[in-house]
Formats: sequence, C-alpha cells, structure tokens
Amino acid sequence: MAGLKRKDILGLKDLSVDELDLILNTADTLKDIATRPIKKVPTLRGKSLVTLFYENSTRTAKSFELAGKYLSADVINVSVSSSSVQKGETLKDTARNLEAMGVDAVVMRHSMGGAPQILSRYLKASVINAGDGMHEHPSQGLLDMLTIRQKKGSFKGLKVAIIGDSYHSRVARSNIYGLTKYGAEVWLAGPATMLPQGYEEYGVKVTTKVDEALEGADVVNVLRLQLERQERGLFPSIAEYHRLWGVNERRLKLAKPDALLMHPGPMNRGVELSTAIADGNQSVILEQVTNGVAVRMALLYLLLGGGESA
Amino acid sequence: MSVLIRGGRLLDPANGVDRIDDLLVADGKIVAIGAGLQGDQVVEAGGKVVAPGFIDIHVHLRVPGQEYKEDIRTGTAAAVRGGFTGVVCMPNTKPVIDNVPVVSYVVNLAARDGLCRVWPTGAITKGSKGDELAEIGDMFEAGIVAVTDDGRPVDDSERMRQAMIYAKQFDLLVMDHCEDKALSAGGAMHYGKVSSELGLKGIASASEEVHVARDILLSLETGARVHIQHISSRRSVELLRWGKAMGAKVSAEATPHHFTLTDQIVADMNYSTNTKMNPPLREEADREAIIAAMVDGTIDIIATDHAPHHIDEKDVEYQQALFGITGLETSVGLTLDRLVRPGILSLEQMILMMSTRPAKLVNVKPPALVEGAEADITILDLEKSWTVQVDEMESRSKNSPFIGWTLTGAPHATVVGGKLRMLEMKVVAE
Repeated sequence: MAGLKRKDILGLKDLSVDELDLILNTADTLKDIATRPIKKVPTLRGKSLVTLFYENSTRTAKSFELAGKYLSADVINVSVSSSSVQKGETLKDTARNLEAMGVDAVVMRHSMGGAPQILSRYLKASVINAGDGMHEHPSQGLLDMLTIRQKKGSFKGLKVAIIGDSYHSRVARSNIYGLTKYGAEVWLAGPATMLPQGYEEYGVKVTTKVDEALEGADVVNVLRLQLERQERGLFPSIAEYHRLWGVNERRLKLAKPDALLMHPGPMNRGVELSTAIADGNQSVILEQVTNGVAVRMALLYLLLGGGESA
Repeated sequence: MSVLIRGGRLLDPANGVDRIDDLLVADGKIVAIGAGLQGDQVVEAGGKVVAPGFIDIHVHLRVPGQEYKEDIRTGTAAAVRGGFTGVVCMPNTKPVIDNVPVVSYVVNLAARDGLCRVWPTGAITKGSKGDELAEIGDMFEAGIVAVTDDGRPVDDSERMRQAMIYAKQFDLLVMDHCEDKALSAGGAMHYGKVSSELGLKGIASASEEVHVARDILLSLETGARVHIQHISSRRSVELLRWGKAMGAKVSAEATPHHFTLTDQIVADMNYSTNTKMNPPLREEADREAIIAAMVDGTIDIIATDHAPHHIDEKDVEYQQALFGITGLETSVGLTLDRLVRPGILSLEQMILMMSTRPAKLVNVKPPALVEGAEADITILDLEKSWTVQVDEMESRSKNSPFIGWTLTGAPHATVVGGKLRMLEMKVVAE
C-alpha cells in the first residue's frame, strides 16, 4: 500500500475520493489487528506520537492512543485545560516544544475551529485533527463512513439523516463533506436555532421536521445534544427537545427496516435518543467505536508508515 | 526651503482645479501656481496627479499605552508613506483618551514626533464604558475633532441620545462603531456560508445594522451629526440611504478591505488571522453594495480603520486573535487599483472621499490646491505597479492581508505643511 501524499489530516473537506478510499480500505485491512490475541504489529516501531487535547475526551483520545500502540508507536498524552488556552503557553510554543522532542505526529483536539491549520503551519510533523471547535472531526467522519460501508456496501444513493445540533457539530460537518463526495443524500434535521446555513449547495437537505428526514432513511446518525445550549437560549427545555427531535422507536420506524442507528457518543439517553433504540438491534454504536480504532490506525499508518507492509 | 512640484496634473475638484501646472510651496503655504516656477527642492510630477492632502479619519495610533503596536512616529510614517497628510486617531488607548491631560499628551507628542498632522478624538463616555459622559467640552477645547467609543460602542440608547445632544453643541461629529455586542458575542467572522464551513462562530450582519438604524433615528431625533464607521453590510447601506433621504445628518466611511475582500478570503487564506477584523468581511453582495454606494455618494468617504497589532496577538488561533488590520500603507493603492483604474470611481470622487470630505466631517480646513492654502499635498502615480512588502512597511505592525499583493497605482509623494515627507513611497525624514 502506498501512503497518503500529504503531511496532515485536517478535515474531510479537502480529501479526494481516492484518498478516502485508501483510508477506508486500509482501515478494513487493519481492523482485525485489534481482535487478535496479540494486538501488536511493528509497523510504527520507532515512531512517536503525541495526543494533545485541549478539550476533554475519553473515546477519541484513547482510541488514538490504542491505535498508535497497536502499531508499536510510542504514544504520549498531553491534556491541557481549556482555560490555559486563554492564559497559558501559546499553541505555537506548545507545538514547537513537542516537535523539539522529536515527535512524528501530533493528534490534536481543540475548542477552536482552524486551530489544526495553524498548528500545521508551525510543524514539520504530521498533524491529525481530532476535532476542532465546530469545524471538523475527520476521524469520526471516517469511522462513521467505514461503519456505513461495511453494512451497506457503498454510499451512493443512501439517505443519511443527521439529527440534532448540526450547527455546532464538527461530526456533522465531516460527515457531510465525506458522504456527499460519494453521492449520498444527506439530511440535517433539528431545531432551527441549531441548523447551519450554506450546505444546500453540497446537495444537503435541511429541515426542522425530524420525521421528514427519517422517512426512508438508510442511516440515522443522532448527534449529542450539548445541554448547556439551553442556557444560551437555543432550545427551551430537554423535554421539548426530546418530544420534537428525539429519536425513539416510533420515529426510527419511519426509516428503512434495515436502517443503521449511529451516535458519535457520549449519549444522553432519553434526550436525543431513547435507550430502547440505543441498545436495539439497529444500533451500530459500539461498532463505530471499534471502527474508530481501525480508522485511526489507518491514518497513522498512511501518514507515518506508508510504504512498509502492515 | 521652498518645494516646487513641477508639471503635474493639479486636481482639486472642490475648488474647480484641473490643469497641468507647477505649484510652489514655501513657509508651509502654497505660494504660487503657474508655469515656469523655480524652487529649492524640485519634485517632478509630470504624468502624476497632484491632489489636496489625503486625510484618514479612522486610525489607531495606539498612543498612549500600546506603543509596542504603534507609536506616533511609526504611525505617522506609515501615514505619509501611504500618501496621507493627516490622520484622526481613535481614543481606545490605555488609558482611554477621555480627558484633557490625555488629549494634550497626544497633541504634544504628535507635534514633536509626528510626520503628518494628527487630530485626536475623545471618548464619548468615561473609559468608553458606556456609562457617564466623558468631559467632551473640555476635550473639544483641548483639540479633539470628534467623539467616539470606537470598539466599545455605547450600548444604552438613551446614553447615546444624550451624548449626541451634548456633542452637537460643539458641532462635534459623533463617530460610531456600530455593533450590538449581544448579537456579535463570541463571533470571529461574518455569519454565513463560509463561517459555517470553517466552523467559526459568526457575526450576523444584523449586529451592525441594528446600531446603524438606531444611530440614524437618534440623529433625526437630536439633529446631531453621526458618522457610521467602517460600514460593512448591504442592509446598513440601505439604512444609510434611507436616513439621508429622511434628512438625517448621517455620514459613513468605507474601508479598502470592505470594498476589496469578502469572507471567502478567510477560507482562501486558510484561517490567516490577518483576515480577522471588526466588522468582519462580508459577502460579495455586501461588497458590491458598498461600492455602489461609494459611486452614488451615499457613502461619503474612505477611511482605513488602521489597526496595528503585534504579531504575538495575531499568531494564535483564529478565535483568539485580536480584530484588526493595518491600512494606511495600502489604502491609496487599493483604491486606485480596485476602483479608479477600472473606471468604477472617478479620480475626482476619490479625492473628495479621501481629502475634502473627511476634512469637512471633522471640521478641519480642507486641504486645497489654491494659493495661500496650507501646503498639504498628496501626489499620485496612477501607473506605478508595486508589490506590498512587509519589510517596506513603516507601521510597527505588519498585520495586513494584502501582503504580497501587486497593485497598480500608488502614492508618489506627500507634502505636509510645506515639507516633503515622502517621495516614491520612501519616507523623507528631516
């Protein structure tokens, strides 16, 4: 397998279909490593990786860490409190210090859109965006795509309904950029205060009526509701949100019988989706998590180890 | 020492001057206009346009308190390099220019270190906190030419109404940075398709428009002269047009960046913080509306909102970076290249918008190409092609999105009070 001819993975918007194919195919190949008794291949031996998290994360940070370790990279984790963005060391200095220690890749989560682009300017090392503000979350978009592809075979013509606060969602954006490149029909449904503008020209359908988005859907991707949005006046109450936009058994029946139910986690059970469907047989939420490790292994392999066999 | 400006096209539309002639300057005044004049120092102006001195009424000189960004010397050097003979500086300094001692400090320092004329503005409210009125009358006597809480606009409409009534008795212009801070809170760029794609919190156009409408209505109510700073949205332009039709004493400025760029540049420059300013760059329809309003006279003047910032304040995450870009050294070039050379704006309109009208707005004597006038003169080279280079900038700060742009049309020479201060884009010190 040839590697990716790029230094960084900052978002799905600027990846070509060929690059996306390469990443997803590589992830499929690497996926079984995580299920072997001995979960280790020597591919990235001697490479070092830093996860630099300016926001709390369990899933994404640990998924990257395991992905690196399964490939034999040395992984260190740095978490910086959000408040120190305001008063602590600058991103530029933090990054340059890490590079001075010789790291080969920096996986960064940051509360501000565009921060990975800025980081990338300072570093010769690869930068992988693990979520920047409300901009992109490419590894999440890729693991969602891998999960869909494994179950549905391809993306073309699939109706994918993304339900919830897509305005603030980097997950929604990465899904939109990735899926529309393959001709999937993406719908966004949620309260009008939480819908983004400007995506119609990507062929995305935007509606406040959740039933309309769910009708005949092949994939239902439910976003996490950030409960603090209520204080900022974006929705009046959790109860109303759940009634009008929450996905439950009745609503899920509007989708195709074999529709996939996805969620990027962590879930607010009883808010954006009901427990019955979260744990139901259409749910692929844990498979998403498994695929997350595979996708992240693929990204690390293709950026740092391309050319050598896995 | 006399200065002879030889063979240029003298163009001063406000005084009906448009002819090729020599112009002789001595003792700070224009002493003669005619053919075959002699002088000690000769500026060849053949093929060039000689205009009354340009004035930028929206400049942050950062004095006092933030001299690491700009000071009187570097700011006025940038001004004369950019073809300006005078600047009006904003009061959002540290401390705020809200009392006589601070006004006098700026006036005195400018007299000592300035390469061009400097007229300060005073804050509307003490500390620009939007509460008690600053000592506007005392500051007027100390030399301010307008009042403004630029950057921290007065939120309370009743305060603003009283401030207008109070400023009106001194015929002081009330300049307003129109922004409803509740609507813009947390925003880093224009709210629209591009902010959505870049995942940056947007600043809706309405945050400006709400205050533009308010100010026009308050101007109608009070009769005060209100000036809308850096107008950025098409609906603000429509409100301005309506206000003028209603008889409001309202004026407005357009900045070169708002008539040149749109929010798309934030994506094109990959989150470069030199695209971050307030109000933000908006959409193509806004840019076109601003240009149309400049052409039809609805927008009165061009001003830069020259806002120097240290690299440490810009070389950070987009959301963290301070708002503002420098403008003094690119304003004339952009106006010539983008508007005058393509035939959108006439040279006469440009001169009115950059010299005569800004002077009138702040009640200073408009520069003029007539015998006996103060010798404040800007000479333009319409043919010169040049590239905006960091290492040629005189401003202490280099936060411009236009670095690397090649423009056709440039300021050629600047004469301030009879002294040649710039020639061929190089500052002439003593």
